Amino acid sequence: MSVLLYSSDTDEPRERDSYLTPHTLRSWLLTTDHKRVGLLYLFTIIVFFVIAAVAAGIMRLNLLTPRGDLVQAETYNRLFTLHGVLMVWFFLIPSIPSVLGNFLLPLMIGARDLAFPKLNLLSWYIFILGGAFAFYALLIGGVDTGWTFYTPYSSTYSNSNVVLMAAGIFIAGFSSILTGLNFIVSIHQMRAPGLTWFRLRLFVWSMYATSLILVLATPVLAITLCLMALERIWRVGIFDPSLGGDPLLFQHLFWFYSHPAVYIMILPGMGVVSELIAAFARKRVFGYTFVAFSSLAIALIGFLVWGHHMFVSSQSVFAGMIFSFLSFLVAVPSAIKVFNWTATLYKGSISLDTPMLYALGFIGLFTVGGMTGLILAALAVDVHVHDTYFVIAHFHYIMVGGMVTAFMGGLHFWWPKITGRMYPELLGKLAAIIIFIGFNLTFFPQFVLGYLGMPRRYHAYPEQFQVYNVLSTAGASILGIGYLLPLLYLLWSCFYGRRVAENPWNALGFEWETASPPPVHNFEKAPIQRDEAYNYAEVASTPGAGLS
Amino acid sequence: MSTRAAELAEQFEDVAQQREASTLGMWVFLATEVMFFGALFLAFSVTRSLHVESFSQAAKHLDILAGTINTAVLFTSSFTTALAVSALQQGQLKRVIGLLSVSIVLGGLFLAIKGHEYHEKWVEGFFPGNAFAVSGPAGNEVELFFLFYFILTGLHGIHLLIALGVTAVLVWLIVTNRVTPTRSMPLEASALYWHFVDIVWVFVFPLLYLIGGR
Amino acid sequence: MIWLSFLAQIQFSPEQASRTASQVDLLFLCLVGITGSVTLVVAAVALFFLIKYRRTASADRTPAKNSSLTVEVTWSVIPLAIFIILFGWGARLYLHESEIPANATEIHVIGKQWMWKLEHLQGKREINELHVPVGRTIKLLMTSQDVIHSFFIPGFRIKEDVLPGRYTTQWFTPTRIGTYELFCAQYCGTNHALMIGRVIVLDPTAFAEWLRRGEETVSVAQTGERLFRSFGCSGCHSPGASVRAPLLQSIFNSPVPLQDGRIVRADERYIRDSILLPNTEIVAGYDPVMPSFQGRLSEEELFALITYIKSLGSSQQSSTNAIH
Repeated sequence: MSVLLYSSDTDEPRERDSYLTPHTLRSWLLTTDHKRVGLLYLFTIIVFFVIAAVAAGIMRLNLLTPRGDLVQAETYNRLFTLHGVLMVWFFLIPSIPSVLGNFLLPLMIGARDLAFPKLNLLSWYIFILGGAFAFYALLIGGVDTGWTFYTPYSSTYSNSNVVLMAAGIFIAGFSSILTGLNFIVSIHQMRAPGLTWFRLRLFVWSMYATSLILVLATPVLAITLCLMALERIWRVGIFDPSLGGDPLLFQHLFWFYSHPAVYIMILPGMGVVSELIAAFARKRVFGYTFVAFSSLAIALIGFLVWGHHMFVSSQSVFAGMIFSFLSFLVAVPSAIKVFNWTATLYKGSISLDTPMLYALGFIGLFTVGGMTGLILAALAVDVHVHDTYFVIAHFHYIMVGGMVTAFMGGLHFWWPKITGRMYPELLGKLAAIIIFIGFNLTFFPQFVLGYLGMPRRYHAYPEQFQVYNVLSTAGASILGIGYLLPLLYLLWSCFYGRRVAENPWNALGFEWETASPPPVHNFEKAPIQRDEAYNYAEVASTPGAGLS
Repeated sequence: MSTRAAELAEQFEDVAQQREASTLGMWVFLATEVMFFGALFLAFSVTRSLHVESFSQAAKHLDILAGTINTAVLFTSSFTTALAVSALQQGQLKRVIGLLSVSIVLGGLFLAIKGHEYHEKWVEGFFPGNAFAVSGPAGNEVELFFLFYFILTGLHGIHLLIALGVTAVLVWLIVTNRVTPTRSMPLEASALYWHFVDIVWVFVFPLLYLIGGR
Repeated sequence: MIWLSFLAQIQFSPEQASRTASQVDLLFLCLVGITGSVTLVVAAVALFFLIKYRRTASADRTPAKNSSLTVEVTWSVIPLAIFIILFGWGARLYLHESEIPANATEIHVIGKQWMWKLEHLQGKREINELHVPVGRTIKLLMTSQDVIHSFFIPGFRIKEDVLPGRYTTQWFTPTRIGTYELFCAQYCGTNHALMIGRVIVLDPTAFAEWLRRGEETVSVAQTGERLFRSFGCSGCHSPGASVRAPLLQSIFNSPVPLQDGRIVRADERYIRDSILLPNTEIVAGYDPVMPSFQGRLSEEELFALITYIKSLGSSQQSSTNAIH
């Protein structure tokens, strides 16, 4: 099948055969096309995101009053567990890798598909299976241990559906592992002619670093949850001190995975931001090599800092010092990225389209999140703010202000490539601004709450904390509207959006050299990389000029 | 024997790329398995260090003869599998099938002996649960040892079972000419997996049977 | 009007009610200052570029270098240097916080779902409240009866997890008279949010008065001595006993050589484990004949026994690092 290319000012692009053409359910459920698998993941994670967001909404409503009696304590505890579990494992971890990564990686390296397309589909089915377990656990009452499952509460005391939920997460973990494995092999083996490592797109570098963590860290989580579940079933004392076990062993094993997990969640976002900055400043990212290596550095050092979640858990003072030092160290490669992105703007040709707004939002919000991470890394300060709203604010700045923002930016940027249609730009900008405002109003007061001493996972609180809680809830409603808008207009655009040609943004990259949406096998002719990535300097910077 | 053209999956440019991708894929997968079993070994070691005495006592209940025989069985099966790979490269298809069949039989023998051990433990009341043979705080620790025993050997056993299945499929693939001397990747990849399962046992056996269990 | 009175009361931090509080606040302020400035500078630079180099503007866009080792090294090394200083500051303060001053007054804390039980050495007990005299250094010896909790006093800027099956410690010196909130800061089940209390700092006279009020109490050490006898400990651990067992005079905090060659310090953890798990750390030269008291003693009784043994004298060696 052929897809003709149109120049943008004469013919209107018309519907042509593409990877989207076969419409049957069977063609979707049995697809091995990486682009369709990416969309399957997109539909799935949106469902989980909505459920988890609604839970957060109820929590914030409950926190409007100090007595917190909108819902019962028991319900509140199950809500925050649901929110954490679904957001971490069923939304954030798969989000950019399994949606944008799956869709774009083969395109960006000039391949027809990933190395193991059938494994890719399998990974989605495994994800669905894990999600089904988790969903079922929720339906029959949920879990009340927090997403961190600390023992002995989870293994002995909790009366909730811990084993079922742990099984769901355990299963979903294999989906992560298969995705990471596929990416690593593809990046090593299937690059187009001329595409050496240091000509790779920075998004690809970030996918590579993320995949390293996916394959190495996830198995540890699997074993940890497995042991915790078995302890619960058979009442033996691996982690339960009353049976001779060690609760800190659980924490070490859990955080050994869960800290690298947060880098699984942020590295892809950083990759997206590199792409957006380059495209909308029409300039090669400054310090390309440093940005590429910083992804690897974050992945590596990220494996060494897990104990910073345990400064007051009675681990040794000496261990605390080492973890604190390494936690400061891991901030350096992140700082390098932020500085390089900013430097990219110098002498660029900057256009503030919606994706760029998200990219800039990321830089600002991620910087705040990262800086507060430094504050948390300082031992004596962490003693005070550990397990308070300060920590909650910190990680939401990174996860929501960072990762979700980058995801939105990437989704908007590649939307025309994925669907062949453009979203409404004005609404896009509006939503981005509403999200930025709503987000800051929701989470900035939480820094104050945390330093004032309000602990986390509290359904009720002393009166003096009320004003900040009210501000935060107000922000959350604005944020909710902000997220609802794209859900609606992106869906609308699938049917009524303006059709686009292959390169609506005049950006550089293999994915922009094929039709929108791409044909099943991605390229009519296998692309060849002839020069450096982001070679904007060689190309005239006026929009509409032809691109090689 | 007639040979079919090597099958090239459509996402690959050429057979060499496909081959390298399969190899790398298997190595990455093995890395995940190392992290999986590694974390389990760590958890066991830490727990053991908290209960050195009772774990040593508990280990005495294990059938060291069965464990030793199993070790020999598994080593031999790795050997026959390695021989099978080189036989394939030399085009001796009948020999390959024979060697792989021996590997399968040996693997099955391992599982049978393990099953016998499990049965023994069940009958003696050493399976974790309400009916555990030893009660009281000391009993808790013995039960904990056996929990790890069943998890470690059980997970290993599941991996071996998968290896058996994969090898059986491979025999069929060789018989039907889908795996040939020029397209030997599937055999090499699964041989790698078989060796890995063997190496895991090399750690499991001393950890459970030998340390302190005199 | 409500907003005005709110603005007048805006607090960004709890009161500074301990010596540590002001030190932590200073470090925090510096961290916020440094990180905030960097953020603002980066934002300002970015904003400047966004405006100057917007697509419709005609600015000088003659291609500049796309990388510079000097620049990269500079903006890596300088932040790293700053981070090392901040790390060192935080670590130093943390180290100071982990070293329990000698002569601290000991208070026992037992956390359970969902309340705090506190005990003064004089024998007086409190639930969800802790009265202390201003200026006195207090050491908290803590354990949990069930799940992990965390003892958090924002006003003092201190927090430490409270674990079942082991002891954790922290200390503070209150410097202001007043009432300060106490929170459980480690999720522990349904009523985690309701496991709150108050620390009431009184002037020394008022505290002495408070201590005297109420029923007569038996000191914890005395309770311990009674238990020592009634549980039969004195049957072996006394001179002239028929069974040979280590004598406990001045044993607290002294180095104890074990059968496996290690030397451990006889601190609270050691004594507790010796009572509950006597066969895990057998003293060199003794037989493993001591029975276990696992399941027969409550946490309060264990505290009492340990306090009694402490009262028999401690070793000169008083390295009093907080138990981690």
